[in-house]
Parts: sequence; structure tokens; C-alpha cells
Amino acid sequence: MTSTVDTPAEAGRPAPPSGLLTVGRAPAWVRYALLAVGLVAALWLPNGLYPAVAVDILCWALFAVAVDLLLGFTGLMSFGHAAFWGTSAYVTGLVAIHAGLPFPAAVLAGALTAAALAVPIGYLAVKRTGIYFAMVTLAFAQMVYYVANEWRSVTQGENGLQGVPRSFFGVDLTDDYYFYYAILPIVLLGLAAAWRIVHSPFGRVLVGIRDNPARARALGYPVHRYKLTAFVLSGFIAGLGGGLFAVGHRFVSLDVLHWTTSGKAVIVVVLGGIGTLWGAVLGAALVVRLEDWLSFSGFEAIGLVTGGIFVLVVLLFRRGIWGSAALLAKRWMARRQR
Amino acid sequence: MTGFLQNTFNGLVSGAFYALLALGLAVIFGMLRVVNFAHGAFYMLGAFGAYVLLSEAGVPFWAALVIMPLGLGLLGMALERAVIHRLTRLDPLYNFLLTFGLTLILQDLVKSRYGVQSSPYATPSALSGSVDFGLFDFPTYRVFILGFAVLVCVAVWWVLTRTRVGMVVRAATERPELTPAFGINVGRWVTPVFGFGIALAGLAGVLAAPMRAVNPLMGADLIIVVFAVVVIGGLGSIFGSVAAGFGIGLVQAWGEAYLSDFPIVSQTIVFVVMAVVLLWRPAGLFGREEAPA
Repeated sequence: MTSTVDTPAEAGRPAPPSGLLTVGRAPAWVRYALLAVGLVAALWLPNGLYPAVAVDILCWALFAVAVDLLLGFTGLMSFGHAAFWGTSAYVTGLVAIHAGLPFPAAVLAGALTAAALAVPIGYLAVKRTGIYFAMVTLAFAQMVYYVANEWRSVTQGENGLQGVPRSFFGVDLTDDYYFYYAILPIVLLGLAAAWRIVHSPFGRVLVGIRDNPARARALGYPVHRYKLTAFVLSGFIAGLGGGLFAVGHRFVSLDVLHWTTSGKAVIVVVLGGIGTLWGAVLGAALVVRLEDWLSFSGFEAIGLVTGGIFVLVVLLFRRGIWGSAALLAKRWMARRQR
Repeated sequence: MTGFLQNTFNGLVSGAFYALLALGLAVIFGMLRVVNFAHGAFYMLGAFGAYVLLSEAGVPFWAALVIMPLGLGLLGMALERAVIHRLTRLDPLYNFLLTFGLTLILQDLVKSRYGVQSSPYATPSALSGSVDFGLFDFPTYRVFILGFAVLVCVAVWWVLTRTRVGMVVRAATERPELTPAFGINVGRWVTPVFGFGIALAGLAGVLAAPMRAVNPLMGADLIIVVFAVVVIGGLGSIFGSVAAGFGIGLVQAWGEAYLSDFPIVSQTIVFVVMAVVLLWRPAGLFGREEAPA
């Protein structure tokens, strides 16, 4: 390595110490241009892809950003975020079916339930750090999975919740193309909220805790409480994604709570670039698109491919797409200044 | 009383599987700081290997009990050299992710070759039937599993406490930074210890084959329960992992028997115990507080 940049791979830490700054340091015009490109891409997406796939990408983008909020900006790897994504999917589905509320209200109910569930799980999980945090969140998510599996009278067990309606004040949203544009504002709000959290004083404290918990504590920050707050916020955002996913598919299966779903969310973040926020969105788009393409071409062993991506990304591409791009851009600018 | 003894016995048998798997996880973690997600997949490979050896080559159970752990141990060593080794100096989370990816690959490889339905594996004839304990009968095969697992645990305990290798492993587990400072070459034991941990998982798999459904997903949910077990016992403590393994087996069996009106209890009780332990002793029952990080 000739670079003098202290990247996470070299420092042996999961999160890039400069993650916040790489983007923040880019000139204003670069940031606005990227934002414009992103917005245009988001508006164009269902014209270039199957609208149903585009809807999935939006939901997974929220999910991945929620995981990155913890992994990249708090230094906590949750391997159990399917608990929040899936719980919200079920609650959203149940509310939409039984109460007949417009879908944004149902999704809000789902996300709030997910956030409420994140309080006890987070309270227990933040007592541990590092690899233990991953194991504890994984275990609690599995508990939620078992409960949903047993509680057949409510969740329909392995049959799944069928016929989740897309009601919205009488507007016909059965076409995925229009549904995409109906949920886009909610997704953008969720992403903006994540961005706001990361760039707030609260977010700065989280990064401080990530990089040096002992010093954060010495400075008088209640570390556990900050971590728990981040965990609950992340659970809420993951819940938004899960609720929209349920309405998008008009169906909720037990898969939404399975540990493979949690793991997929983590690898989406690593592929996009830990601690880059927008990288997570890119990672979600890539993975969802790839899985759709695989299942469309009749390839059955999808786990072989996702597992292979996992192994390759972890071995060779730990900075992820956004992290690598930011590093290249930084080097290029440094060379120009010379 | 008879019922209670029978439930206790069943609990110890399922605890034996947890203990063998947790023991392997704990020695690997102690030496490499790697939490091996693929441990459940290797357990599955052990059982599947025994099944394939019997059905396609006629190799009996007793031979499989030797061949599979050896073969998987070697495979584990190769894996450690090829990939895991490259990530051990980084945050342990990377190896967790790597082994997660390996789990998906191994499961799908077996699934695409043999399908998802369960395959039957006949109990070896010498171990069929049941043993009469006066108050109750108990299947011979289960008695064998319990005895064998206890024997393995005792043997490992003997190696850990009475041999030089064992001292190195224990020292590296308890004081990872200090051990090399004494001039002990920890690195040369890393690969064999990883292989040994995998071999234990394979052994548990072979033992499980006649008792549990052999299918590509048999290790998938089990490994998460074992994670909860090692959180309860304290992953840094080898003894704690084994004790928690047997303990959780007991608690689950009792929960299943005496709270049978609530089928959810036997599946979730391990996680409830984990929650209580996290509240009461966050480092695990036998673990020590990790350095604040």
C-alpha cells in the first residue's frame, strides 16, 4: 500500500475513521452534483428496471442505511436487524389488512413497533461490544423468528400473511410503477433522516464513541444511552423499509425475520462501503438487481452466489464501492494539487 | 420422578451436542479470536458425510465416526490457511462475515446436490435397543452419545490442563497479548487448533446422524442457539462453554416437558436465559469482563 490514508482495512477496524469526512471534504459542487445525480436516478429507476425490482431496491436501501448507521457510525455490527425489518413488515401487514388504513399509516405503525422492540433488545445488546454484540442481536432476532413461527393465529406461520392491501385514499396503486412513486417520498424522508442523524452533534458523538469509547465516556457522554438511542433510531428506519416491503409485495413471509435476511443487510452495507451511508444505497441496488437477475434466469442456488459475494467482498473489497471511489477521488485531487 | 429423570436424561443428551459445538467454538475463538459462523455447517457436513458414506459406499457408522472428523479437520485446516488466516489480524467481525458467507455456500452446495428433504440414517445395530435403568428405559444410542460426549470433553480437558499444547491454548485464550511476549510461538498452533475445533463439529454431526433428521439446513438454526449458549457461558471460558451447553440442554428439556402448553417456551427459553445473563453478568456466567472497547 502506498497510500497514507488510514483506511479501515489497514487499521483493522470495521469502520472507516475518515468515513464522515471523505464525503464532507469533497467540494460543495461535487456534493450537489452527486445529490442531483442520485435524485435523477431515483426518479428514473422504474423506467429502466422492472418497477417491482425498483420498489425492492428502495426498501432495501432503507434497511441497509439503518444497518450502516450502527455499523459505520456507531461501530456496532447488528446481525439481527431482520427482527426490526420483519416485525414492521408483519405489523404493517396486519394493520393494513385489519384496520384498512392508508398504507403510510400502516407503515408508520410497523416502524414504531419495530422501534419499540429495539428498546429492550438494544438495552441488552449494548451491554456487549464487537463480536458479542453481533451474536447477541443475532440470537434475539432468532427468538423473534421463533415467536412469529409459533404465533400462527396472528402471523399465519409458514403460509405467510396474504393479501396486504395498498390502500391510499382510493387511489389505485396496484401498478408497481405508480406505487414506486408513491413510496419514493417516504424513502427519501427516511434517507434524509439518516443523513441528518449522522451529521448532527448527536451523530458526531456516535462517531466519537465508535473511535474511542473510553475517551467518550471520560468526556462525560453516557455511552450506553447514546448507543441505545442509535439502535432504536436504526430499528425505526429498518422498520420503515420492512413495512414498505410488506406493502410492496402484498405478502409477508417468515423469510423477513430469518437470519439470512439480517446477514444480507450487513453484506449489502459492506459491499457499498461501511460508514458511507450512500454506499449502502448503491449496495442495495446492486444486490437486489443481481438476485432478481439470478432468479429470473432460473438459477436456483442463490445462496452460492450471495455467499460467494460475501467471501470475495470480505477478502478483497473491504472498503466497498463508495469507500473505494472516495479514496480514488481523493488521490486524484491530491495529485492535481501538486 | 421417573418422568423427571427421563426428561433430565434427554436434556443432557441434547446438551451434549451443544457442549461439543460450543467447545469447538470456544477453542477456536480462544486461539484465533474468530467466531466461526460456519460451525453449524460443518456439523451438517459431518452428518451428511456419514450418510453419504453409508448409502453410497457402505461405510459403517463406526468408520464414519473416525473418517468424518479427520476429513473435516483437514478441510478446516486448509480453510484456515487459505482464507481465515488472511483476516485474523483485522477486526473479528470480518471473519464472522467470511464464515457466514462460507455457511451459505456449503449449505447450497449440499442442497443443490441432495435436495432439502431429510434422509434417514439407521442406528448402528450394536447400539439399537434400550438400556434398563430400573426406574426407566432409555435408548442405548442416546446413552452412548452422552457417554461419548462426556468422554470427549474429559479428554479435551486433560489435553488442555496436562499437556504443553493445552497450556499454550489456555494461555493464548486468557492472555492473548501476553502469551507471545513470553516467547511462545502461538502462531504454529493456530491452524491445528482450528482444524481440531472443526473436527469436533464434524464429530457432533456424525453422532447426530442416527438421531436427528439429516438435511442441509440441520446446522443452520442450531448454530444460533449455540451462539446464545456461548454468550451465556462466556466465550473466553472453555469450561463455561461446555457447562452452559449441558445446562441449556437441561433447561430446554425441562421447559418442553413441564411447560408443554406453551410450545414457544422450549424454542425461546435459551434466549430468555441469555437475556437474564446479560442483565446479571454481561460477560457470561464464567467469562471475564472484556476490556472496554
